[in-house]
Amino acid sequence: MGFLGQLFVMAISAILVQNFVLSRFLGLCPYLGVSKKLDSAFGMGMAVIFVMTLASAFCYLIFQYLLVPYGLEYLQTLAFILTIAALVQFVEMVIQKNSPALYKSLGVYLPLITTNCAVLGVAILNITPLADGSRYNFIWSVLNGFLSGVGFTFVLLAMAGIRERLELVDMPKSMRGMPSGLILAGIMALAFYGFMGMKI
Amino acid sequence: MIVSIIIPLAASASSTILIPVVILGVMGLVFGLVLAFAAKVFEVKLDPRVEQIIASLPGANCGACGQAGCAGYADAIVNSDAAINLCAPGGPASVEAIAKIMGKSAVASEKKVAVIHCSSGGTNNTKWKYAYQGVESCKSAVNIADGPNMCHWGCVGFNDCQAVCVFDAISVDEHGMRHIDKEKCTACGACVKACPRKLILLVPENRNVVINCSSKAKLPVAKQLCGTELPCIGCGLCGRKCPVQAITVENNLARIDYAKCIDCGLCFTVCPTKAITDAKAGMRKKAEIVAENCIGCTICAKICPTKAINGELKQVHTVDKEACIGCEQCVAKCPKKAIKLV
Repeated sequence: MGFLGQLFVMAISAILVQNFVLSRFLGLCPYLGVSKKLDSAFGMGMAVIFVMTLASAFCYLIFQYLLVPYGLEYLQTLAFILTIAALVQFVEMVIQKNSPALYKSLGVYLPLITTNCAVLGVAILNITPLADGSRYNFIWSVLNGFLSGVGFTFVLLAMAGIRERLELVDMPKSMRGMPSGLILAGIMALAFYGFMGMKI
Repeated sequence: MIVSIIIPLAASASSTILIPVVILGVMGLVFGLVLAFAAKVFEVKLDPRVEQIIASLPGANCGACGQAGCAGYADAIVNSDAAINLCAPGGPASVEAIAKIMGKSAVASEKKVAVIHCSSGGTNNTKWKYAYQGVESCKSAVNIADGPNMCHWGCVGFNDCQAVCVFDAISVDEHGMRHIDKEKCTACGACVKACPRKLILLVPENRNVVINCSSKAKLPVAKQLCGTELPCIGCGLCGRKCPVQAITVENNLARIDYAKCIDCGLCFTVCPTKAITDAKAGMRKKAEIVAENCIGCTICAKICPTKAINGELKQVHTVDKEACIGCEQCVAKCPKKAIKLV
């Protein structure tokens, strides 16, 4: 398989088969919390893609060149949280200064996802050995981070779209909002379960 | 660079502890320094007026202004041109402070207090229809057969209003009656929204006359339902007696328009069911004209709602003590300050 073929496999895997929300069950908080409106879901999705890509890059570098040489792999969680928090803070400041428009659209979502498990999850999954014992290199780590973020955004937008329409449905009062949202999440997870074991 | 500093340390005996500590410590330090540096380089100046306004607001985040909190209101004043007199808890003090910051003239809103328009609601003055055993909340109690009390306009007494009051202005006495502390009340309106019977209305603080009932029932029924037997029966006597037509009767219930009310207390004296209370009853002073100051301009005679002042033009006027109700309207209008209260 050439580079593009591998990329295709990775994209299908990250977006559909190993989707962060629906098959890894990471990042459920924004999935349920920020999926009431398409606008805010889109903002959140963009922020997640952005932070996941950056976090993948930086955490890989930290792991490869700081932790591995000294046999400190067991500190990965601690080091990654530190890196992600500092990174998001820094990026937020830069965006606020240089691009007020982007800052407004990412807005509150940037600091929100600092401590999101999906971001830490992608950083840790990037350095976890694959089935054949090898690990992703830098480029594949960043690509995996980006594609995982796309997968997250994809289901977040799908969820928000459905929930916006559910608002118009004549539903018992007790089922409105979160209860129907949770049922919806369960059905979506079942649907994505169909991708499991897909061979490409 | 970091690597070259750390490598010699690896040789030391306690390296298993030292290396992780040093590496993570250095990481934290570097990140901290970068962030501190970035905070300076990428600093975005916020409008200093926003912070000044936040400082002059009470910080209760009660939402009376319609914004989510005090910070939101400050932002709305500076950036969205919001009115500056919306903060009920801050009152005139914060309006003045904000006016100074924004360079606007202060238009203080009239200080109001919440008043519960029901004389019932205690353990010993409510007639019960059934014994309610459920969630201890007015909102839930009123949903079952129009509430557990006979009068389904009256207070059910589960103190939802007290629960939402963040200023601790509503207290409950030993008989289960609510009392609103005028000093502590900021007229934020939280209790007005919380009361499922809509018994609480905001009344200007300087008014003493209140129609203490919200019942829309007719005469015989209203009295049978009311725990204190002091209901408004909508007879309209108060409205006919009111010198300034401030009282209107609708659906068997009289309501005072406080924009017109002169707080004279006449309605209190005529109410056959004693549904109207007057905190100043019997304490009102009567007007008296100081003869040497009076120039006979007739302004007071014209303003007097009960025609208690008589006198010809350019003659010294006199007050009919019997007719005077002590509304003090003439005192404020007299150009020569010739009217005093005795």
